Amino acid sequence: MPQAALLEERHEQVHRTGTAPCEIACDKESLAGAVSQRACLFCGSRVVLYPIADALHLVHGPIGCAVYTWDIRGALSSGPELHRLSFSTDLKEREVIFGGEKKLKAALLELIARHAPKAAFVYSTCIVGIIGDDLEAVCRGVGAETGIPVIPVQSEGFKGNKRAGYHAACRAMARLVGTGDTSGISPHSINILGDFNLAGEIWLVRDYFKRMGIEVVANITGDGRVDDIRRAHGAALNVVQCSGSTMELAKIMAESYGTPSIRVSYFGVEDMAASLYSVAAFFKDPAMMERTRQVVRAEIDAIMPELKRYQEELTGKKAAIYVGGAFKAFSLVKAFRLLGMSVAMVGSQTGTKEDYQELAEICDPGTIIVDDANPLELTSFLEEKSVDIFVGGVKERPIAYKLGVGFCDHNHERKECLAGFAGMLNFAREVHASVMSPVWRLAPRPARPTA
Amino acid sequence: MSSNPPKYLSTTNACKLCAPLGASLAFKGVAGAVPFLHGSQGCATYMRRYLISHFNEPIDIASSALGEKNAIFGGGPNLKLGLTNVIKKYHPELIGVATTCLTETIGDDVARFLAEYVREVNDPTLLPRIVRVSTPSYSGTHMEGFHAAVTALIEALAEGGEANGTVTLLPGLVSPADLRHLKEIMAEFGLGSVLLPDYSDTMDGQAASRYEKIPAGGTTLEQIRSTGAGRAVIEFSRTLGESPSGGTVLKTRFGLARHRLGMPIGIRESDAFLSLLAELSGRPSLPASLQAERGRLIDSLIDGHKYLFGKRAVIYGEEDLVVGITAFLSEIGVRPVLCASGGKSGHLQAAISAVTEDFLPKAPLVRDGTDFFEIAEEATALAPDLIIGHSKGYHLARKLNIPLIRLGFPIHDRLGGQRILHLGHRGAQRLFDEIVNTVISHKQELSPVGYSYM
Repeated sequence: MPQAALLEERHEQVHRTGTAPCEIACDKESLAGAVSQRACLFCGSRVVLYPIADALHLVHGPIGCAVYTWDIRGALSSGPELHRLSFSTDLKEREVIFGGEKKLKAALLELIARHAPKAAFVYSTCIVGIIGDDLEAVCRGVGAETGIPVIPVQSEGFKGNKRAGYHAACRAMARLVGTGDTSGISPHSINILGDFNLAGEIWLVRDYFKRMGIEVVANITGDGRVDDIRRAHGAALNVVQCSGSTMELAKIMAESYGTPSIRVSYFGVEDMAASLYSVAAFFKDPAMMERTRQVVRAEIDAIMPELKRYQEELTGKKAAIYVGGAFKAFSLVKAFRLLGMSVAMVGSQTGTKEDYQELAEICDPGTIIVDDANPLELTSFLEEKSVDIFVGGVKERPIAYKLGVGFCDHNHERKECLAGFAGMLNFAREVHASVMSPVWRLAPRPARPTA
Repeated sequence: MSSNPPKYLSTTNACKLCAPLGASLAFKGVAGAVPFLHGSQGCATYMRRYLISHFNEPIDIASSALGEKNAIFGGGPNLKLGLTNVIKKYHPELIGVATTCLTETIGDDVARFLAEYVREVNDPTLLPRIVRVSTPSYSGTHMEGFHAAVTALIEALAEGGEANGTVTLLPGLVSPADLRHLKEIMAEFGLGSVLLPDYSDTMDGQAASRYEKIPAGGTTLEQIRSTGAGRAVIEFSRTLGESPSGGTVLKTRFGLARHRLGMPIGIRESDAFLSLLAELSGRPSLPASLQAERGRLIDSLIDGHKYLFGKRAVIYGEEDLVVGITAFLSEIGVRPVLCASGGKSGHLQAAISAVTEDFLPKAPLVRDGTDFFEIAEEATALAPDLIIGHSKGYHLARKLNIPLIRLGFPIHDRLGGQRILHLGHRGAQRLFDEIVNTVISHKQELSPVGYSYM
């Protein structure tokens, strides 16, 4: 019955653990008519660069792409907030016919004069690729005229999926890296890649690193600053969270500057602690390792009593996960385990084959693993597994609610800090608040088999 | 004609959305319909997210999800595959295909693709109706997209035939609560009517024990077909001008009487609507319940008038909504100091003058084709007491430290945007109470005394 929700072309993008080795197909273009939950290449670029708070982010195209991404992320800044404005060249029919370069140049000059940004990113949208505006040339010219880096982002929506957009964003940032002064950077220094400072998460993580005795050179990109990114090549290590979004930059920096990188996750007690330990281990400094132990111990002690209370009430409940990147899903599976809960379905928009294989290994038998799902598939999986809570983003929320299932927003629009040790406690509170709400007793929930 | 030349070349914080979003919303108001965007996958996803954040409902919009090859060689194959997949999974009665800037720019001939598609299937009688509308995002706003979809639906489906006495009502972009109220009003007058679109159920659904792939509700295809044999069509718009509209199609092709009224917001605009319904239904006066609602409203205007007199308001949003709200504000003693819209029909200035000239000593400043950067600039100089519009004016209200009265679309920072009632005397009552109480509450918060009476 659940297979009925699947279009033929989608069968190989769904796997059930325990049946056979996980050979899931992924990183494909979304299927026409399947109502994918994914956005496009532009979206991937936009979300990664978005939190760089002192840069001008100009979307070159008709109004839609800019207006749908206005103040869209909960990415906080400790200073400038230029990233929260939505700038567009708002192309009209005239420019589509005669070209948009003139308007782009004029808009850039106008906005740079008005806001004095440290750099400008110019995002190309679908039709810019078609009408053939020479973004490189316009950006070079304006850069020379204004004296700031003006960087084109090759983010035409149709040129690939969200993952390809991450790469375009990383290539754009790579043009900044290496242009700043690296003097005075500590040998115990890192860049934080792949945290977007949603609800202040990067501040929490930076605080852990500070207590360990580590200098953070650049936030990439949460609470990000252009000048920090320009000197990021001076850091000893790239600490990379979020599988897809910034790995490409770490690769480029490894090739160009020999900067090593490690992958981490700040979600859940286990992964957060493991991440701090692996960073400490990299620096091979016993004193730092001892400080790290103290940080982890203090943080865990602070959250455990309250966490235990939630654990008692949530034990035995079931969860489903559908998130943007698969790497976050690993941590969520573990975080739910810590709460005594099981995960019956887990999927992502942009996971890789390796991600899904790793997921299949850590999940219980019978877990559904899905790449690039859509509302009807998600609905059928949620109905089949009769879960208590669904973790996803805004587009998944009404699907959960219509099925009488609780919901936790773990996407980039969230306003709750879910990273770090304190974030694990917030996560438990969120899950608890939704699962235990009395409203479900009044809702006409579908029959739930008590298996 | 344009009332003001653009001051800036760049757009900052737009006060408009793109055309395919309006078309998608209109298609959601047709029973058994699935909106389908012919373009990149991102368009559908972004618009779904934008709509979901307001309506809090599952909103499935399909996409032909064009890739690089399709952009070069044409999007026909993906469009057809997408239609087949939507038909397989959703079993829709209608698919509303709207184009995007990508497919308009590469020059896809959607009409030809659809004709081919119908020829290629084994049994065309099993196909849902497919209605197509051209909505490049570089032309017009979401309102042009909305009207274009309504026009396309009527063009494709309306049929003539034996006169059925129906009155067709084309309300434009209003809330599900407004749509429900309009149906109630039509019923009060005993008029057989077709409301198009009607997303009062599909975009404000009930909790149910089964998940509906396509939520129940909406204007049925049969109802849309019947409009051609109706007796009259009413469209709410003072800014449509000569643009194509559903009302114009029904008038020119089927000879229906077309009545264009402003959105029935406030006293006079609602009165005009109800008088027309009285005339069409052959009643000498308003139904008693509506008459009483109007009476209570006027009574309350008197009770609250002193709190509002001379208050200065900035209004923004879709042009027709701005016209309606401005009409109402001028009736209750609030001075509209800036009427702004990202739309640029060319008729905003004249429409604002028409609804305010009897009530305002001086016409308010009107800005069309504008954005929130300009609105903020003007507003700062105008020192308003209130800001009235959708939730994207929040930043401005916060900056000026004055209250924002949320209405229209979108409401992304509060619950219940879909249940905000704007239309009719009942809508005016709700609006009036909210405006007065907001002013009182603001004064109370700032007061060192904290009176517990008004």
